[in-house]
Amino acid sequence: MAYALQQLINGLTLGMIYGLIAVGYTMVYGIIGMINFAHGDIFMVGAFLSLISLTVLSGLGITSVPLALALTLVFAAGIAGLYGWTVERVAYRPLRGSFRLAPLISAIGMSIVLQNFVQVSQGARVKPMPEMLPGGIKLLTEDNFAVQLSWMQLAITVVTLLLLVAFTYLVTRTPLGRAMRACEQDQKMAGLLGIDTDRTISITFVIGAALAAVAGLMFLLYYGVIDFYIGFIAGVKAFTAAVLGGIGSLPGAVLGGLAIGLIETFWSAYFSVQYKDVAAFSILVLVLIFMPTGLLGRADVEKV
Amino acid sequence: MLRDAVISAVIAFGLFGAMIGLKTEVGVQTIELTPRPYLVLAAVLLVFFGRLALLAWKKSRPTGTPKPGRIAAVAGKASRYLTPVVLVLTITLPFYAERYYVDLGVLVLTYVMLGWGLNIVVGLAGLLDLGYVAFYAVGAYSYALIAQNFGLGFWSCLPLAGILAAFWGVLLGFPVLRLRGDYLAIVTLAFGEIIRVVILNWTSLTGGPNGLSGIPRPTLFGLVFNSSGGEGSFADFFGIEPNISQRGIFLFYVILGLALLTNWVSLRLRRLPLGRAWEALREDEIACRALGIDVTVTKLTAFAMGAGFAGFAGAFFATRQAFISPESFTFIESAIVLAIVVLGGLGSQIGVALAAVVMIGGGELFRDFQEYRMLIFGGALVVMMVVRPRGLVSGRTPSVSLGDKRHISADLMTEGHG
Repeated sequence: MAYALQQLINGLTLGMIYGLIAVGYTMVYGIIGMINFAHGDIFMVGAFLSLISLTVLSGLGITSVPLALALTLVFAAGIAGLYGWTVERVAYRPLRGSFRLAPLISAIGMSIVLQNFVQVSQGARVKPMPEMLPGGIKLLTEDNFAVQLSWMQLAITVVTLLLLVAFTYLVTRTPLGRAMRACEQDQKMAGLLGIDTDRTISITFVIGAALAAVAGLMFLLYYGVIDFYIGFIAGVKAFTAAVLGGIGSLPGAVLGGLAIGLIETFWSAYFSVQYKDVAAFSILVLVLIFMPTGLLGRADVEKV
Repeated sequence: MLRDAVISAVIAFGLFGAMIGLKTEVGVQTIELTPRPYLVLAAVLLVFFGRLALLAWKKSRPTGTPKPGRIAAVAGKASRYLTPVVLVLTITLPFYAERYYVDLGVLVLTYVMLGWGLNIVVGLAGLLDLGYVAFYAVGAYSYALIAQNFGLGFWSCLPLAGILAAFWGVLLGFPVLRLRGDYLAIVTLAFGEIIRVVILNWTSLTGGPNGLSGIPRPTLFGLVFNSSGGEGSFADFFGIEPNISQRGIFLFYVILGLALLTNWVSLRLRRLPLGRAWEALREDEIACRALGIDVTVTKLTAFAMGAGFAGFAGAFFATRQAFISPESFTFIESAIVLAIVVLGGLGSQIGVALAAVVMIGGGELFRDFQEYRMLIFGGALVVMMVVRPRGLVSGRTPSVSLGDKRHISADLMTEGHG
């Protein structure tokens, strides 16, 4: 029981990270209908930016952990947002309105570029990171097994929830959010009504990338090791989360992320660690076959 | 213009400042940073002048769109003469080229074959498959395992490998073919990864990360190729000096034959009702249904065909390397093959061959810059898509026509969702 509870906590934390990445996928898919293949790699870049920033800050003698984390969060999200903007501007915008395979290939190319850019500029070695927030709260002890909620997990959960609240507010209550939803429904019509669609799409990419970078920071702090290849698997899993929740739906993305995190954690805890990726991917396949609209998605009606 | 370039440079500084400027090094206890300001400066300047040059080039170009179909028409005419020339040059390659180029030719032809195989799935039937490498892996492992456990030779295993891969194609294809476009892409990608992870972890059968070695080499009607000669070897039978390059040349002709078989089969299939159904499916799935085409069977045969050829190529890969491991079957391989197909212009046979030569042969040019090779590859993909989204030879020759077959430019085509 205690073991299961611990796995539940771990799974939810992991799910928060996946959920944050999935939001980026689902937004981009909703607005321009393409899989942003490079999104997972933006997440990886975010993790590296966080590592660099934390190292710089500790070199500058900033010992306050919350301050360092807050500064890093802003820095990584900002620069990763710039990456997101650039990727969209360079690789996707020229191909808007082109035939449907072109943006996908270009996205795969961009993903390869980002991965190898980081490999070349930062080296291929795995980067470890000392634990920043050790300790936690002991929730309960049963048969010598202590269920622990670490400060790290608490911080990840709180930050994710805050970001999601802010983001939901942005999408549902602000003019920018209205423009985004309008573009999602009908880009041409939105353009005719005076919405700068190019700008809206750019901002969507920037926000998605910033959220992915925050997820990258969390991943770095939670696992303590990163390398240039983490983006691919995390990206596919986050995409699975987005599909599971119903692509285009923001609460769905978070819900899907939590589901994938839980499935993965429980699978590793009770079955086998080696096949945890297989479990996540199998879920993707099963969901698409039996529930193509996902948990909270709308059915895709096709007009001829 | 200058302002634009300055903005680009500022953005470049933002992008590269931290990532290039501060390299993280793993120290004894902590992470250390090495500042590299000059590299950042170089990168920023590169972007600045690159942007200036790009803008200048755009300005100097005449405005207005070029007449659609001009390039396609030229390519269509040229391909009539180009194809035999390329074929003759390829067949005679071992007679005039050094061993290195023969080996490179084997590599390129493997990708040509994979490209033609995937072309059936993506180019003809319009099904986006990102997990093509899974079938390649199935073929390779089928051959290696059958050969090692049952002692069968390459030629008897080759059809088996193809059939097994096609079987897997059907097995994996059956549940997912209701999906379309991007969803299909991501599911096939997931399948590719599942197969790779299973191969990696099923150590008792596949050897796990250590792979399988000692895979038997192909023989020519029972004649083996080796460097020492001896009883029953190719050199002994024909009474010539044994030379290791003979095997390379033999492999070259084997893969050439396999690739041409793929090409021939797909060209013939295009004329069958099945092939027409594939192409119709690519253009408009709903119209296909309305016309009474069995969409599931049509898609499954395309999947099985493509997978079968990948299986052949996989068996050949295993026999050429004599060693296989999961390392060779990563997602990047699928991406390369798909890039070859898209770059070649979907559905164009000669285009795929040219694209394979450009991508694999071109990649070989960057051999000395091993580190930057994939970086350049990814960048080239993006640039090619932006410049020529329809591929090198973009356009289609109609399967049926009255009188002269005219080449249709891709610019004039629309595409349904399949």
